[in-house]
Amino acid sequence: MSATLDKIDHDNYNDDYVRGILRKTRVIAMVGASPNWNRPSYFAMKYLQQKGYRVIPVNPKEAGNEILGEKVYASLSDIPVKVDMVDCFRASAAIPPITDEAIKIGAKVLWLQLGVRNDDAAAKAEAAGLQVVMNRCPKIEFGRLSREIGWMGVNTRVINSKRQSRI
Amino acid sequence: MASERKPAARAAENTSPFGFDTLQVHAGTAPDPATGARTTPIYQTTAFVFEDADQAASLFNLQTFGNIYTRLTNPTTAVFEQKIAALENARAATAVASGHAAQLVAFHMLMNPGDHIVASRKLYGGSITQLGVSFKRFDWHTTFVDPDDIDGFAAAVTPKTKAIFVESLANPGGVISDIEALADVAHKAGIPLIVDNTMATPYLCRPIEWGADIVLHSATKFLGGHGNSMGGVIVDSGLFDWGQNDKFPHLSQPSPAYHGLTFWETFGDMAFAVACRTISLRDLGPAISPFNAFMILTGMETLSLRMRKHCDNAQTVAEFLARHPKVEWVSYAGLKSDRYHALAQKYLPRGAGSVFTFGLKGGYESGTKFVESLQVFSHLANIGDTRSLVIHPASTTHRQLSPEQRAAAGAGDNVIRLSIGIEDVADLIKDLEKALAAA
Ligand SMILES: Cc1ncc(COP(=O)(O)O)c(C=O)c1O
Repeated sequence: MSATLDKIDHDNYNDDYVRGILRKTRVIAMVGASPNWNRPSYFAMKYLQQKGYRVIPVNPKEAGNEILGEKVYASLSDIPVKVDMVDCFRASAAIPPITDEAIKIGAKVLWLQLGVRNDDAAAKAEAAGLQVVMNRCPKIEFGRLSREIGWMGVNTRVINSKRQSRI
Repeated sequence: MASERKPAARAAENTSPFGFDTLQVHAGTAPDPATGARTTPIYQTTAFVFEDADQAASLFNLQTFGNIYTRLTNPTTAVFEQKIAALENARAATAVASGHAAQLVAFHMLMNPGDHIVASRKLYGGSITQLGVSFKRFDWHTTFVDPDDIDGFAAAVTPKTKAIFVESLANPGGVISDIEALADVAHKAGIPLIVDNTMATPYLCRPIEWGADIVLHSATKFLGGHGNSMGGVIVDSGLFDWGQNDKFPHLSQPSPAYHGLTFWETFGDMAFAVACRTISLRDLGPAISPFNAFMILTGMETLSLRMRKHCDNAQTVAEFLARHPKVEWVSYAGLKSDRYHALAQKYLPRGAGSVFTFGLKGGYESGTKFVESLQVFSHLANIGDTRSLVIHPASTTHRQLSPEQRAAAGAGDNVIRLSIGIEDVADLIKDLEKALAAA
């Protein structure tokens, strides 16, 4: 199955598509990362770090500071290492320029958070060979596919009689 | 199917590619990762060791998934929660100690002092008392409406109303709620429709597919199904937009219980279930025992098998009673002549449940004599057991009321309530025949 050739249904991702992305990703640039512990981006960053991802925060207002031990950059282009995924905690309207930059830095995945969706930007990213996920949270998807989120009584939709619980 | 709804932060289709019978066995019930045990282990522990100080802090901040203390979460209880969420085609569920606790916790998440509920007048008697009397002491007020009068629900909604509450199939009156029409009324008012689905179970009716936003259960009844464990659960469809108005500040505004965390923004389509757990259940305290959760989730693995037999038996018994010369009336929506038969065909096409009432020709005395003459049926105050159960409300649950009040509550002197079990139906009919002869 080639994700770039198959048309992705952005209303309804199949688990293998999301699982594939989360398995091959190592470095995530988090655009709109907040230094406040009670913001959703901080929750997601902290959880993804615990799961072994390197998360690099991007936020011009916090540039040069640190969030959860990682230096904050003003823009994607400033990040000195290779980024696999760009995860956006920004309004849907702010997505097109971030998409252009994500393409420019050679990211392989454009991920838009819960409540964020921009179909034109998604089409552009897909045309450039990126995989796109919209209106989802990687923390929730990781928790769901690993079944950890089931501890909160959440319906994971995963049925599996295997012992291991990796995603 | 109800009309399509798409809240802002809806993360995923709930719909599973698996069938009901597969889900009732497998949903939530993966092998135990620690031991490989195939049956769900009973995690009979109050607390869970933290990995380190940082993980402990993340857990308390709700930043990571994990277990702290069994009042909040427990891995055995979580299996019950995931199973009911899957069977109801919902996003998430929060289990509690009883059906009444589920109602308390769900309303606590929605209500402030001075707020208001519009509820069906035909609810389980204990729920009428909970809403009508005990909730008043929290300054929560309920207007009870005739369940057949959809316009009556709309007319009773005020700016303070936070929910509409009905039973899909009401205990014990056999009333069936028009869920789709009520969901419309609720959504036009910007409030959720809450459906108590205890009597129907998700095998007979899935209220979320008709537009309900929150489903509640007394798991004490058919979910557990064996009359051995109290339990309750709040099921969150994930489809209600808590940010559409300012009616639900506990979900849409920063929470003082979590230093300014906003549940709707942080947890999206599972915000209600998470808030029920981490605020209402945490602070009010009615947690289910892991052992009870184990008994209930084990019962749920055979839910469809039992419900089919319950319904087949109930249909046969209701038809037998309807023909019997000593029976004045039978109120069972599975009977073609019943006033709720059309709604039953829409909402409960697989069967009209197994709890219903009938009227004896005769008075109070015939009622008590009938009950005393039964041998297979157990005389007790419960429903939804493998065993067939019977009660004469006038001499038991409704004893404190005057004859006029009893009649108004549908518990007149000649009324008998049955909960038909999964025994051989011929034996049930023989038992009833003998008792009717004695009555
Ligand atoms: C329809 C219905 N809802 C709620 C309840 C309350 O449940 P519990 O007894 O588990 O508190 C009952 C109990 O009889 C019931 O029949």
